[in-house]
Amino acid sequence: MSDIARPTDAGHIPAAGHIPAAGLASAAGAAPAATALAATDAATMPRAARPRGRHGWAPPAWLQAMPMGLVFALFFVLPLALVVVVSFWDYNDYEILPSFTLRSYTETFEGCYDQLPGLCTIFKTYVTTAELCFAVWAITLVIGFTISYFLAFHVRSLTMQIVLALLCTIPFWTSNVIRMISWIPLLGRNGLVNQALTQAGVVDAPLEWLLYSRFSVILAFVHLFTFFMVIPIFNSMVRIDKRLIEAAYDAGATGWQTLWNVVVPLCKPGIVIGSIFVVTIVMGDFVTVGVMGGQQIASAGKIIETRLNALQFPPAAANAVILLAATLLIITALTKVVDIRKEL
Amino acid sequence: MTQDTRPTVKLSRRTLLRGSAAVAGVAAGSGAVTGFPAVWSAEPKVLRYLGTAVNQSADIAKKVKEDTGITIEYVAVTTDDVTKRVITQPNSYDIVDTEYFALKKLVPAGNLKAMSGKKIKEYDNITPVITKCELADGTKIGDQGTAPKKVMFVEGEHSTKFAPSMTEWATLIPTTYNADTLGIRPDLIKRPISSWAELLNPEFKGKAALLNIPSIGIMDAAMVVEATGQHKYADKGNMTKAEIDLTMKVLTEAKRSGQFRAFWKDFNESVNLMASGETVIQSMWSPAVTAVKSKGIPCVFQPLKEGYRSWASGFAVSKGVTGMKEDVAYEFVNWFLSGWAGAYLNRQGYYSAVLPTAKAAMEPYEWAFWMEGKPAEKDIHAPDGTLLEKAGNTRDGGSFDQRMGKVACWNAIMDENDYMVRKWNEFIAA
Repeated sequence: MSDIARPTDAGHIPAAGHIPAAGLASAAGAAPAATALAATDAATMPRAARPRGRHGWAPPAWLQAMPMGLVFALFFVLPLALVVVVSFWDYNDYEILPSFTLRSYTETFEGCYDQLPGLCTIFKTYVTTAELCFAVWAITLVIGFTISYFLAFHVRSLTMQIVLALLCTIPFWTSNVIRMISWIPLLGRNGLVNQALTQAGVVDAPLEWLLYSRFSVILAFVHLFTFFMVIPIFNSMVRIDKRLIEAAYDAGATGWQTLWNVVVPLCKPGIVIGSIFVVTIVMGDFVTVGVMGGQQIASAGKIIETRLNALQFPPAAANAVILLAATLLIITALTKVVDIRKEL
Repeated sequence: MTQDTRPTVKLSRRTLLRGSAAVAGVAAGSGAVTGFPAVWSAEPKVLRYLGTAVNQSADIAKKVKEDTGITIEYVAVTTDDVTKRVITQPNSYDIVDTEYFALKKLVPAGNLKAMSGKKIKEYDNITPVITKCELADGTKIGDQGTAPKKVMFVEGEHSTKFAPSMTEWATLIPTTYNADTLGIRPDLIKRPISSWAELLNPEFKGKAALLNIPSIGIMDAAMVVEATGQHKYADKGNMTKAEIDLTMKVLTEAKRSGQFRAFWKDFNESVNLMASGETVIQSMWSPAVTAVKSKGIPCVFQPLKEGYRSWASGFAVSKGVTGMKEDVAYEFVNWFLSGWAGAYLNRQGYYSAVLPTAKAAMEPYEWAFWMEGKPAEKDIHAPDGTLLEKAGNTRDGGSFDQRMGKVACWNAIMDENDYMVRKWNEFIAA
């Protein structure tokens, strides 16, 4: 957070025109050049952008970060700490007993050792969740990248780009759940898709796997969350200097080579940010998995929901902690692939 | 993770709040015309009513306002959330409408105040089905699970210990109850259904559904296990760990072989599953069957030879409710038992807690159809005017005594509830 006040960063943010150049330099692997560019930016940037108040004095960085820090402490760190604490408490049918126990964790991992090589409940659940997560991530990435590519490189006018990008947000005008539930009459046993298929003679009997299956869960996720991939990738892509593409073309690269060696590396930050959005949402979801999976597909979020509904807060908290750890692992791995801070 | 987690509930809560606000507005408007300084005009009679949306009808709120001047503010949440709210936010409601099986959690938590029978006018007329688990003629009915009589009475206003028989202090004043069974689509099944065993019959592979509330879902499964002769439970509503394992094994095998199309949690989900033909046999609630029928789709609340799984709900007062607010709460409960609401509930296929007052508020032909199991003399309409049954038809399962007399068990929370919930998660992951 204190980075906000650093002069180099402050120079980058308003001076949009410089960013492609910096991106180009780092993508080419010329880190010193990037630093040099950034330094020039800082030197030439307008006075107003320097970290100085109207009267020539700027409060220290930690003080500037304080309001956000307080909000974070109050609404994020504190509740999270409570969740961790409660996960180590005991409970009965109707109350939480504040005495230390590992019960919630041991019971969550019950049988994980005894049942080997079979998987225990929690491992099975996480395998299912991870599989769903991977499938949704891969599909939203391909679709999101394609849409962004079209928007960034095939749509010439800025107005048209904005209009089309806004079009992508139309589904967001209705609630998540309504978008999800609208699939049900479409995919059901006697739904529109099955009616069309049987009438066209493509299938003899209605396809059962269209609804209340992994297919429908993944479909709903992709429908709901592709946009979270589109925006960050599009954002990275429009910043690519078009001259780079020309240069690649002039150097004799094929379309695929240009895509793979120039466009994709320069979109990495967008891809990683989009991936973080999609992965965290899918990992914690229980509504979509529940409704589209007919409540028969296990997910990490659903375990928590079932526990909460049974008024068993400590095991729900323990499962939340486990889920948080799993998600953080994935995000750490993603950020290892790309240093988002450096690339932004 | 930032999604709206209980959308349908929120929607209905909003609609309901809007509805009741409108009702309140209309009533307040008319009140302003008729008369000024009533005693309560300074402090309006308002009750925050926590419960599930199924029970919170705008008609009832409107009628209460007309008859007593009490404004009901509905707080609609899901069954599980009612329990959660009572325990964690006792100040967020005045009166709660909840089920008897939740009392094993609610009463020891100490957030409810027992209601005094002396202030309830019809206290002694409450049906013995609830107070003693027997019919009016003294016939005993099944009391497995959390039968209301086991948890209805405590020894004092603030006692958290259940009394074995009737006392002055009631944990919940009953409002409504029913005998639940499987709903079926006779047009798609095309043969008679007479046993719970059919729920897991491979013939209906991919076309069956269960209720996604673990403590109730497992009891439906137990009905199947008993019907197929695999095991006889001492108490289906209070299984041993071994019995839970056995029941879950049966369910898991059925799930693996693709028996279930979906598990439903929300009333509307069950209606949609049945109406769209996704399922042809599933555990269901009476008004859901009615809702399917009112779409012109054949649906039967099928009586089964092993009997019904029953439930009952009623009112309790939050421990923070005192003084005038408490008087208003008693006034409301007394109004509820005085007939109009009972008749309203009976017409939906539920049963009311005080039968004589409800009878007085119903047409004789309605009473004959709903309560005596006689063929309808005239067309039978729901309270909202929807045609439910044509003249000549009889109610599924017959009369009150036939239906309630065949109750096998009551919705329950087991002593091994914690173990059961873990096993349920295992079952979902299987």
